[in-house]
Amino acid sequence: MLQRTSQHVLRLPGIVAWVVRPLPLLPLQVALERLLAGILERHPDLVDRLSGFERRRVAICPSDVPVIIVLEPRDGTMILRVERILDGETVAARICGPLFALIGLVDGDYDGDALFFSRDLIVEGDIEAVLALRNAVDNAGVDLFGEALATLGPYAMPFSRAAQSIAHLWTALHTNARHNREAAQ
Amino acid sequence: MTAIDAQSLELVCPAGTPAALRTAIDAGADAVYCGFRDETNARNFPGLNFSRDEMRASIDYAHARGAKVLIAINTFARAGDPGPWRHAIDDASALAADAVILADIGLLSYAARTHPGLRLHLSVQAAAASSAAITYYEKAFGVKRVVLPRVLSLAEIALVTRSISCETETFAFGGLCVMTEGRCSLSSYATGKSPNINGVCSPASHVSYRADSGSLVSRLGDFTINRFTPDQPVGYPTLCKGRFKTTVGEGYLFEEPVSLDARPLLPGLKKAGVRAIKIEGRQRSRAYIKAVVSAFRESLDALNGGRPDPIDSLALMTEGQTVTAGAYKKAWR
Repeated sequence: MLQRTSQHVLRLPGIVAWVVRPLPLLPLQVALERLLAGILERHPDLVDRLSGFERRRVAICPSDVPVIIVLEPRDGTMILRVERILDGETVAARICGPLFALIGLVDGDYDGDALFFSRDLIVEGDIEAVLALRNAVDNAGVDLFGEALATLGPYAMPFSRAAQSIAHLWTALHTNARHNREAAQ
Repeated sequence: MTAIDAQSLELVCPAGTPAALRTAIDAGADAVYCGFRDETNARNFPGLNFSRDEMRASIDYAHARGAKVLIAINTFARAGDPGPWRHAIDDASALAADAVILADIGLLSYAARTHPGLRLHLSVQAAAASSAAITYYEKAFGVKRVVLPRVLSLAEIALVTRSISCETETFAFGGLCVMTEGRCSLSSYATGKSPNINGVCSPASHVSYRADSGSLVSRLGDFTINRFTPDQPVGYPTLCKGRFKTTVGEGYLFEEPVSLDARPLLPGLKKAGVRAIKIEGRQRSRAYIKAVVSAFRESLDALNGGRPDPIDSLALMTEGQTVTAGAYKKAWR
C-alpha cells in the first residue's frame, strides 16, 4: 500500500525495493544516460545555468528505491553514474527523498523548499551545488515522461498508451481505496 | 489575465528564472519582478536570475500578454564600484523594462538623470516607512511607487498612502524580513556576505544541515542556528528565525519560522489605497509560483467581483508551514 506524507508525496511500497535490489545496474545506467542525453539536447540552458559548479557531484538518493544517481556537471555537459552505495567522499552533496518527490521536482509538480520544510526532502553537503542544480532543472521545464518516451523511438506510442492505461487503473484503484477508508472512518 | 483598472490591486509576482516568469504570467500575474544574474539584485542565489538575452525574451513574452516586467536592481552599490549597478540600469532601460526597483540613493539619482523616461520604484530595501521619507524620494528622483516595509500595520499603511502622491505596494505573501530591510547585518555578521550588497541573505555557501538522532541541525557560518525535531516543520537558515539561548531563556528571539499570508486583508489594503500587492519568493520554483499566483488571482478576482474570497490554505508552501498576518495586524510586534 502506498503511504501519503504531509506533502501528499507517494512513497513506493517496500516490495519495489525488494524487487529492484538484485537487478544489475548496467541497463539502468545505459537507459538513464540516454534519457539525460535527450534532456540536455533539448534543454541546453540547463548546463549553462550550472556554470561555476563544474565537477561538484550531487547524489540523488531515492529513499524508497535502492539506487543512487550521481550527477556531475563537467566540460559543458552532465555526467551521470548509477550506484548502489555512496562513498561519502566522492560527492559534494546529497538530495534524498521519495522517488515520486524527486521526479515531481524535475517535472515542476513540487516545490523543493516546500518539500524541505515538510521534511519530505533532505539535503546535505554543498548547499550551493544543490540550489544551482534545483534551479537549473526547474527552469529547464523538463517533461520527464515525455523525455523517457522519446528514448523509445518507434515503441514510444504503444508504450505511452500502455502507461496511460496503467496510470488510469492505478488512480482508480487508489481513489477507490481512499473512499473506502474514508467511508470506514 | 484580468485587465487592471484604477480600482484593482495589481498582482506583482516573483520570478527567479524565465520559466518561473512565464508560469507567473500564465497564472494571472499583472506584473513580474526579477533580476539580472549578478549581485545587483537581492536574490543573487546559485542557478537563479536572468541573462540579458533571457531578460529580453522574457519582457517580450510578458508584453505580448499585457503583463509588466519590473527589474529589481535593489542592492546597494559597492563603495567605489558602481559600474555593475549602473550597467544594469542602462540595460533595463534598453530592454524596455516597465520599471526598475531601486534602493540606493546614488543609483536612483543616476537612473533619474540618465534615463528620465524610466519608471522608478523604491525597493523595500530602502526601508522608507514614513510619508516624509517617501516624499523625499518622490521629489528628488521622481519615484512613482514605493514598496512599503513589512513593519507597518494596516492603519499605518492607510495613513502613509493617503499622505503621499506616489503609489504604494505592499507584501501580501511569503517570507518575512523581521528586521529593518536594507539595514540588517545579521547574515553579514555570520558569513561576511551582505544581503544588501552581495544580494544574499544566508548564502548557500555558508549553510549546512546535519542529521542528529532524527533531528535536523542547521548551521550558518560558524553558528548553529536551529535544531528541528522529527515532527517539526523546517524553516530557512536565517539568523532572525533561529533559536537563541539568552539569560531569560531559550527560544525564538526575533521571529519563528512563519510566512506572511495577507489574503484576508486584501479588502482592507484596497480600501487603504494600496495600488499593488507583492508575492515574495524569487528563489522558489514554478510549482510555488503557480500555486500562489493562481490563489491570489482568484482572491483578487473575487474581491473585484464582490464575491467571497475562496481562500484555500497555502500553508504547505510556506516556511514553517504556518502563516501569519505579520505586522499588518500589529499583534506581531
